[in-house]
Order: sequence, then C-alpha cells, then structure tokens
Amino acid sequence: MDVLNGLLHGFSVALQPANLFWCFVGCFLGTVVGILPGLGPAATIALLLPLTFKMDPAGGIIMLAGIYYGAKYGGSTTSILLNIPGESSSVVTCIDGHAMAKNGRAGPALGIAAIASFIAGSVGILLLTLMAPPVAAFALQFSSPEYFALMCLGLALVVLLSGPSLIKGLLSLLLGLWLTSIGTDLFSAQARFIFGQSELLGGMDFVVVAIGVFAIAEVLASIDAGDKARMLPVPKGLRNLLPSWEELKACRFAFINGSLTGFVIGILPGAGAAISSFIAYGIEKAFSKHPEKFGQGVPEGVAAPEGANNADSGGALVPLLTLGIPGGGTTAIMLSALVLWGVRPGPLLMTESPDVFWGLVASMYIGNVVLLILNLPLVPLFAQILRTPVHILFPIILGISLVGAYGVSGRLFDVALLVGFGLLGYIMVKLRYPTAPLILGFVLGDAMERALRQSLTMSQGDLTILVRGWISATMLICAVLILLLPLMGRFNKARVQAIAEGG
Amino acid sequence: MLRWLPGRGTRRVSRDIWRNGDVLSAAVLVALGVYIATEAGNWVYYSDDGPGPAFFPVWYGIAMVVLSLVLLVTTVVRLRQGGEQAAAEAPDWEGIRRALITWAAFAVCALLMKWLGFMIAFAMLAFFIITYVFRQPPVMAGVAAVATALGFYLVFPLALSVALPTGVFGF
Repeated sequence: MDVLNGLLHGFSVALQPANLFWCFVGCFLGTVVGILPGLGPAATIALLLPLTFKMDPAGGIIMLAGIYYGAKYGGSTTSILLNIPGESSSVVTCIDGHAMAKNGRAGPALGIAAIASFIAGSVGILLLTLMAPPVAAFALQFSSPEYFALMCLGLALVVLLSGPSLIKGLLSLLLGLWLTSIGTDLFSAQARFIFGQSELLGGMDFVVVAIGVFAIAEVLASIDAGDKARMLPVPKGLRNLLPSWEELKACRFAFINGSLTGFVIGILPGAGAAISSFIAYGIEKAFSKHPEKFGQGVPEGVAAPEGANNADSGGALVPLLTLGIPGGGTTAIMLSALVLWGVRPGPLLMTESPDVFWGLVASMYIGNVVLLILNLPLVPLFAQILRTPVHILFPIILGISLVGAYGVSGRLFDVALLVGFGLLGYIMVKLRYPTAPLILGFVLGDAMERALRQSLTMSQGDLTILVRGWISATMLICAVLILLLPLMGRFNKARVQAIAEGG
Repeated sequence: MLRWLPGRGTRRVSRDIWRNGDVLSAAVLVALGVYIATEAGNWVYYSDDGPGPAFFPVWYGIAMVVLSLVLLVTTVVRLRQGGEQAAAEAPDWEGIRRALITWAAFAVCALLMKWLGFMIAFAMLAFFIITYVFRQPPVMAGVAAVATALGFYLVFPLALSVALPTGVFGF
C-alpha cells in the first residue's frame, strides 16, 4: 500500500462516525488536561487505559493520540494567562506569551499559539506520513542484534536528555529494568524477584506502574508545591483573539522553524516536546533582527516554541509506529496500549494493521482541525477550567487512579502496588530522578532482554554478534558515544541548560 | 595534635551528609543492586540453551551498584567541598509534610477499601484531603466528598460497567 492509497484508506477509517467521536473526545480531553496544571497527558492516558481495553484498537489509539497532541495545544493557554505551564512542553511559551498578555495582547498571543500549533502540527503529520513507510521498510532488515542495539541507542538518548544528572537517569533506567524482570522468566519459567508473593508471578502491570509514577506522583508534587497564581482575563470574541497582519508576518519564519525543529527533535527518543520548544525558541532568537526584544512579548517567541511542541508529536510517532520504540513516557504508554489490544507496533504495523496505522495518521489531520476550533474561538470557555478548585480536582484524580489500578485485574493487590509506586514517583520527583527512563526501561526491558538472549543463543555466547552487522555496530557505537557526551564540558553545559529551561 | 578529630562544623556537615537525599537514595540503590545480583546468583547464568534467567539481572544489578557508588561518592565529595553551605540546602518540609500526609491518607483509603468498599473509603479520603490538606470548611468538604463518590458510582459501575471494590455493606 503506497502512501496515497494508505492515507485514503486511513481517512475512510478515521471518518467513520465512531472514530470521529473518539478523535473529538481525545482532542477535548487533551485540551482540558493541557490547560490543567498538575495533570499531564501521560497521567491521563495511563488513567484512561483500563477503560479502553474493550475498544476497537483504531478508535482507542485515535483517542489516546488525541489526548497526546491535544494537551500540547491546551498547555499554551495556562502559560500565557497564568505564567504557569500546563505542560512541560509549554514552559518556554511562558516567557513571551505571558509578557504579551501583560502588555494587553493575551488574545493575539493565544491566537498565535493556536495558529502556530495548527501549522506545525500539520507539517509534523505530513512528514510522519512521508517518512514512516521508508523507515519501516529499512527496519525490516533488523534481527535480534539490531533490535537490541536500537533499544540501547534509544535508551541512551532518553537517559541523556531526560535530566541534568546522567547517573540518575541511568539508575532510573536500571530500576525500570529490574521492575520489569519481576515475575516468571518466559524462557525458563524461573520465578524472579517475587518476594514469595504469588500475585507477582505474572509480573507487574504497566498501567499500575504508570498511574503511580505519573498520576499519583503529579498530585503529590502539586500538593507539595502548593503555589497559586493570578489568572489574566481572556478576551471575549474571535476578533480579539486574532493576531494582526504584522504579527503574523513577523511569525512566518517561526512557523517554519517550529515545524522542522519540532519534527526532527521529536524523532529522537528522550528529547521530547520541552526540549524541542526550547531549541526552536533559541534558534528564533539567534536569527532574529531584534533578539533584545525576546522576553518582552514578541509574537515569534510564542509561535516558535508552540509550533515545535506540536510538530514534535508527528516526529515522536515515527519511531513508535515503525520501530516499536517509544521516545518518552506518553508514547511508552501508547505502545503498551497497542500491545494490550493485540497490535504489534513495528515495521510490519502498516501491513498487518493498516486500519490502526493509517487510521491514526489520518485522524491526526482531522484532530488538528478540531483542536484549532477548540483552541481559537472556544478558548475563553476552556480557560474557565482553570477555575476548577484543586481541592476538588486532586481527590478526583486519586479516585480515578484507584479505579484504574483496580480495573486492571480486579485485585486489591494492584491497588497496594499503586500506592507504593505513587510514593516512588514522588520521591523520584523530589530527588530529581527522571521518571521517563524508568517507564521506558519497564516497557522495553523485557524486549531488550529477549533480544540480547536470542542474539547470544544464535551466536552460542559469542558477544561479537552484537557488532558484526554494520547497523547494530553503528547503533551501539552511537549509544556509547551518547553516554560519553556529558564528559565534554561545553556540550554538557548546553545540555543541562536545555533541560533546565525546557522544564 | 588532635586535628584529625572532627570539629563542630565538620560534625554538622557529616550529619547533614547522611540526611542528604542523593546520599540516602544512592545507599538504598547500592543495597538494591547487591540484592539483585546476589538473588540472581541463585539462578542459571548460562546453559547449553544460551543465557539463563540470571544473565540480564546480574549485569544490571552490578551496573546499579557501580553507578550508585559513583553517585554516593561524588555527592559526599561535593558536600564536603561545599561545606556547610552545600549541606544546608534545606528542603521545604511543610510542602513535603502535606504531600506525605496525602499519600498516607491515600494508602489508608486503599487499605480500607477491602472492608468498606470503594464508595465509603473514597468519600473519607476526599473529605480528609479537602478539610485537612486544603483547609476547607467541613460542611463543604462533606458535600463535595459525597457528591464525588456518588459521581464515581454513576460513571463507573452504572454507565461504564466497571467494577469497583465492594465492602461489608455490599457497595
């Protein structure tokens, strides 16, 4: 199936009434969680995952993806009006977005954010449409050593970019690898690390770990921070939300910059939307004729990061859908969702499950239009969500977490595990251990161990099988080099600054 | 003559080092790494069929020990070099207390669900968080707690047919 036929097939799937409905639900929920500080897309998807078990895979992934990219649209509203990023990807938008709002240009700032998100999001999906088939075709050459090397490369990038401390990132990853080892070894039926608990023989469910580490930890960290901010008023009426012609003209380079930077950075595992928006902002400022005005409320300072964090979604789906390698916490949960529905992400996804792959891609074009409508004329309505008192919101999130964990297996044992993982996630946040490597280690650990053991079985224990093929050798060398990069002082300084400013 | 004995400032730095989060977490992870590697030592490492169940855990257990020790040593050295100023990076204990109380209430709610069921246990959790953590009036908290618990009942068991834990009262 070529790209055009695939896309046409995708639209025939995405335009089915049920899938259109799920696309709208995903975009709506994404906008809501994007606006709400303290509740992110990863936590929301983890919370909703148990409710999607009985759904059709195409409808389910369309909804979850809607939450993923919709949250990035919504995140800008809080950044501009409250100077508090709704999402980590909207941190940079606070700088010029809130400054514009304080200068009485809140409406145009919200408008520019929505327009930039729409343009860059659409470019990101177009590039995903064009790039995914050749990447998947290339990945068909992969065997166990290549998959092991690919996972090493992906995890090395995640560790490099997820936090300022490389050691803490690696330790978080190792913790994830250990957690995924708990249970019965599928090769030998050996029970591993079960502490005498028969409930652990089947391993720990990903949903329980993800809800604990993301949702519960986010609630606890928000209660810990306990900060409040004053919201600036949202202008009413579409006319007051539209930027002037001069402002749009000033943003034309920012739209292109955000689209391309966001997509390219999005492909890299671990980089994420926060870093792509920071880099796009940096590029915009570096090439600007008036860099001194950045920070005082220039429209390009909103358009570049908002564009980048939306184009990032298209980029992040390339490795997820074509290689089965998620680049961050949210895409890791989406990978688990696909596996739970019996769909195998990877190079064969396009041929084995064209409804899921092309349906998702086509739904993203539709979702972008839905989000433009939700975030431009309806933004004053959505801004009212910010008035939801946290003392009501947080118990509801905790309640949904309990329902989600119990819904996985109907066992209170999983609820007890959820309590433990909630505390673990909070401790990690407090001690600045990044949580993304833990989740990715948990998701990929099993496949990584299987690929390594299969490779060594094939070579009768000869480790050189991992570097015999040029693809696996190149990827492993790159992984080692990536982990050595922080030893270069200047690079490490830039890396730490990007992570710190990107949230 | 007694210069090797730690002075009061040095003792305070030493005490603060063992209260430092990075030092404590690194020590816990060293212990976990040792446990992983030793526990895996009881299983087959390599057989005629290829790598056994111990193969992967042994290596990441060793890696965990090495990396945790690096974190431990570098943090202690940093704290000693930074002296009292570095050791005195005081966390916001009030915020941590609020978060841990919320977590403890959440844990008690999870425990009570076995006997009281989801509805009552959750309503009690919501009431506690709203009144104690967020300092809202008890009447408002009571109404909000009952309303949200009922909302959960309407959405999950009734609308979505998702089972919730039931207690001795049958709901």
